[in-house]
Amino acid sequence: MSTMSALNVSIWRGAADGRFETFEVPHSTNQTVLDVVTYIQRLLDSTLSYRFACRVGMCGSCAMTVNGRPRWTCRTHVTKVAPDLRLEIAPLRNLPVIKDLTVDMSDFFIKWQRAKGRFAPTKTRSDPVEKIIPDSRARQAADAGIECINCAVCYAACDVVTWNPDYLGPAALNRAWTLQNDARDGDQRQRLRAVAGDAGCHACHTHQSCQEHCPKNLNPTASIAGLKAAAFRAALTGKL
Amino acid sequence: MSGTWTYIAQRTSAMIMAPLVILHLGVIVYAVRSGLTAEAILGRTQGSLFWGLAYGLFVLAAAVHAATGVRVVISEVTRWRGRSLNLAVSAFGLVLLLLGGRAVAAVVL
Repeated sequence: MSTMSALNVSIWRGAADGRFETFEVPHSTNQTVLDVVTYIQRLLDSTLSYRFACRVGMCGSCAMTVNGRPRWTCRTHVTKVAPDLRLEIAPLRNLPVIKDLTVDMSDFFIKWQRAKGRFAPTKTRSDPVEKIIPDSRARQAADAGIECINCAVCYAACDVVTWNPDYLGPAALNRAWTLQNDARDGDQRQRLRAVAGDAGCHACHTHQSCQEHCPKNLNPTASIAGLKAAAFRAALTGKL
Repeated sequence: MSGTWTYIAQRTSAMIMAPLVILHLGVIVYAVRSGLTAEAILGRTQGSLFWGLAYGLFVLAAAVHAATGVRVVISEVTRWRGRSLNLAVSAFGLVLLLLGGRAVAAVVL
């Protein structure tokens, strides 16, 4: 790993009423934004708070706002997002800042539960395993959204969350949609009730910021559209 | 649940309005290009069941669509939510319905 030049890095310090603090960090090839933050925390200012775990794009804990856009920092190369070698790193939007780059994720996960984003089994271990047809329409719809890593990038990117703090958000609704299409799940009617409403799928404006920013290239907007249609049908047939 | 019905009302009213807007624009273009006088237009619309139903439906859809849309805009821009907002936008929709209905009646009856 060769060092080429210096990065000018502005990092948010403090809580909501904090400010940006600037650091100079050596730039190297294949350097990620998380590498930059880690360099600062380990060598320049050990009081810097941030969150990470796996460093390989699986755990969803290192998301931050990088040069104005929410991103997973462990898989974001500096050269890709800061060709002028200037980085501004802030906490995720739409979540309360605890300190520096760490946000309180409680609302995000509470909404996941409120959307009944929990698998409700219909069989016991003594029952035969459910046969799932991989290319069935429902299974393909579930598969399309199932790789979510709960990073909250979509939640931070969503303007509707900003405008309506009760809105469940793209991740929770995407999770609900995958379960609505899971043949093994037994709570689909209650879940549809939970996600249909002013704070649920009908609040989505189809801006598609969630799809634009999702690091896993998922399309929560499409999942939400599926929920809207399902709620529409259920309401008309008296099943909501 | 109530959110689902207002969503359904807003989307179906939009679906109803879309062809009616095109019809209305067509009527405007036809009337202007043909140089129709007000008297000539009223001659075609007065007593017409078709124009009465078309514009009556347009007014109804517009009143529903505007009221449900304004409800969403207000709830997102301000903190006003709940029953009082629902009553206020219902009143707004009713005013639009009455004003529009009066205009339709004026050219059809």
